[in-house]
Amino acid sequence: MSEDEKFDAIIIGAGPAGSACAYTLAKDGKEVLVIEKGDTPGSKNLTGGRFYTYALEMLDADLLKEAALERKVTHEQLMMLSGDRGITIDYYDPSFNQKGHTPVSYTILRASFDEWLAGKAEEMGAVVVCGVKVDGLIEKDGMIVGVIAGEDEMYADVVIAADGVNSLIAQHAGLINDIESHTVGVGIKEVIELSGKTIEERFNLKPGEGAARMILGCTDGIHGGGFLYTNQESISLGCVLMPEEAAERKISVHEVLQNLKMHPAVYPLLEGGHTVEYGAHLVSEAGFRGIPKKLYRDGFIIIGDAAGLVINTGYSIRGIDLAIVSGIAAANAVIRANDTASVGPAYITELENLKLIPTMKATDGFFEILETPWLYDKLPNLGADICAYLYREDGELPGSIKKDILKLVKANGLSVFQLAKFGLKGVRSL
Amino acid sequence: MEAPELLSLNKFNVDEQEPHIVIDQEICITCGKKPCLYICPARLYRLDKNEQISFDYAGCLECGTCRVLCQKKGILKWVYPRGTFGISFRYG
Repeated sequence: MSEDEKFDAIIIGAGPAGSACAYTLAKDGKEVLVIEKGDTPGSKNLTGGRFYTYALEMLDADLLKEAALERKVTHEQLMMLSGDRGITIDYYDPSFNQKGHTPVSYTILRASFDEWLAGKAEEMGAVVVCGVKVDGLIEKDGMIVGVIAGEDEMYADVVIAADGVNSLIAQHAGLINDIESHTVGVGIKEVIELSGKTIEERFNLKPGEGAARMILGCTDGIHGGGFLYTNQESISLGCVLMPEEAAERKISVHEVLQNLKMHPAVYPLLEGGHTVEYGAHLVSEAGFRGIPKKLYRDGFIIIGDAAGLVINTGYSIRGIDLAIVSGIAAANAVIRANDTASVGPAYITELENLKLIPTMKATDGFFEILETPWLYDKLPNLGADICAYLYREDGELPGSIKKDILKLVKANGLSVFQLAKFGLKGVRSL
Repeated sequence: MEAPELLSLNKFNVDEQEPHIVIDQEICITCGKKPCLYICPARLYRLDKNEQISFDYAGCLECGTCRVLCQKKGILKWVYPRGTFGISFRYG
């Protein structure tokens, strides 16, 4: 291909960011090429996962009806494990499954979702090429003008990197450095096949309804947690933890997930199921402060995970929705900019307009809160101790609840002062 | 379940011609912490009888954790496999 027959945009990666961007550009009549290294879109991608629907409605109001999604999340759950004990809090909200209302979120599997969304971009006129890996960028006079894949060179007015958290392309362009180990978690997941009926019985779900569960106290005290999502005919069980701490403590991340799976409060939910896939992926943990200083160069912008656009609040993890919003922002920038040089600044403006950067800024405080080490072992243990104390009856005269609970706080190596300080820190930083 | 059993459930198309990760055992033997032994979800980094790191790129989930955690730059090369090769998630 010569420089004369160039595309309006080349997008690297057919994940949600890349496909949303391609969809928006193609809809506007732009000539778009999407290059995906996997056999099919989504085949290299992994989620926990859950997907927040507002992003798809922002892309196109009609898309949600036919999207490849799993179950509407109506049960938001928090589980705390300690030894063989477990506490589960279940928030059920039937309004999340009301006719005429858009559910807030769905459980999701990426192989089907990403392939579906890339197909939608194709229907709009984007060209999606799979099984081709982009090896590098073509630079001319300080501008990115195209990509190299094997022996092929392809040119475009703008190259958009949507190649994920471990973005070798953004690094190649000099926008990001080597990833610092304390800014990423490693996510590990098993997909366990079970009949829809069994899942509905075990999780108390109506047909089509789903549960999303965050699990604390399952990581041997390592900064991180577990997750469980009910799909239509399977359960996604996994954990995300800081690999640096695992290495320091010589704990295998593989074993952490195996132990979670076999936990007496978790295993009965999975019993009789068959694991059909085992996957792993990096998760950006730094939130707002993890966003690279520059998200563009002349002729080049980065979107989605490549741009660090992930929010972890502890009770929810968002990435796919932010990826889609950033893809829309990038496309809007390309459509509205008069020349290549103004695409980058226009992209930043769009990210602000679509409230993406402000949202990340607003949730920045969670990073420090989640750095509190005792959240991951002492707190779930204290919770279980308090339950054991409250629910145990032996016919004896009860003592002072206040005094007894203070004793438990102390026995867990915590102090009321520490808990109060944590509460205050929470209020201040959020 | 052990890691090899879990990996056997996945769909891989191993690139026999071109490994996408290459390590230098001479560098790795000088590494004190050897984080790769603990942080690879597929447990592809093992210590052999001679206390050397042995590594097999087949079965790699392509998460990139080893690349980020490698201490002594014993990982000489870390790229994604060539197009169509490597892991193909059927669920994801």
